Amino acid sequence: MPLDILIVDDSAAIRKILQRVLRQADVDVGQVYEAGDGLEALETLKKHKVHLVLADVNMPNMNGMQLLAEIKSDAELASVPVIMVTTEGSQSKVMEAAQLGAAGYIRKPFSADQIKDKISSLF
Amino acid sequence: MPADLKDSIVKAVAAATNEVFSTMLVMEATPGEAYCEKVPQVSDGVVAFIGLAGKWTGTGMISCSPALACRLASQFLMTDYQPGSEAVNEEVLDAVAELANIIIGNAKNLLEEELGPMGMSIPTVIFGRNFTARSAGQGEWVVTPFQCEAERLEVRMHLAPARDPMPLRHGYQPPECVELR
Repeated sequence: MPLDILIVDDSAAIRKILQRVLRQADVDVGQVYEAGDGLEALETLKKHKVHLVLADVNMPNMNGMQLLAEIKSDAELASVPVIMVTTEGSQSKVMEAAQLGAAGYIRKPFSADQIKDKISSLF
Repeated sequence: MPADLKDSIVKAVAAATNEVFSTMLVMEATPGEAYCEKVPQVSDGVVAFIGLAGKWTGTGMISCSPALACRLASQFLMTDYQPGSEAVNEEVLDAVAELANIIIGNAKNLLEEELGPMGMSIPTVIFGRNFTARSAGQGEWVVTPFQCEAERLEVRMHLAPARDPMPLRHGYQPPECVELR
């Protein structure tokens, strides 16, 4: 079954790069949705069922950690894996993401293989 | 600025820039000799900057020519942006802003080991000619130049102790110290 994926990042450049990486991954990618911040992501998640979320941490309006907490506290969304893709590399941020229920934490700069390997390990 | 802080900034910026160039741009950036300046000597081209705040506060900035901005965006997004001022479009500016975010963010991660946690603002990018940049405060900027193909990329960072450090998160309480026996 193709995976529908939501990319959440305020940088259009990163969204474009991740789109390209997903199309090259060894998983069957279906629809890829994009959102520029956490609030926009929640709106998208209300309209579309996705199998995976890739989210930045530092974003306007609602950051990635707040988005992660919202997803994990929503009974309908809680099972959707969320991978954080961010410049924030401190141990405290990694631990915070893990405690909130993130399925992975990838630090920018990332290689295409890191993204592909992480997704392959989840599906 | 204390010499050891300048050295730490130069090392952190060089390591972060090298990692970004090798991982996401597949290009070489050769660091030149770093120096300090009171006022950022940037008046043309593409400039992206990011605020830093914590016990130490300041700004990180990257600057380059429009031609190099197009070249970096081409590598980053795997799309051909021909050099020239007309080609410095929104996608090129967004790519430079994100590169600044990753370079300054990774340098910040390395400096946090020494200076404590710092938060980062969202990047701002400017493209133009004949502008002047100023920063409030008396501190110096550490400038690390990089040679990238035939062009020059400059990474600037200015950091000073915060007079009244802002809490990193509203309501955050630092853990109490416990004496271990």
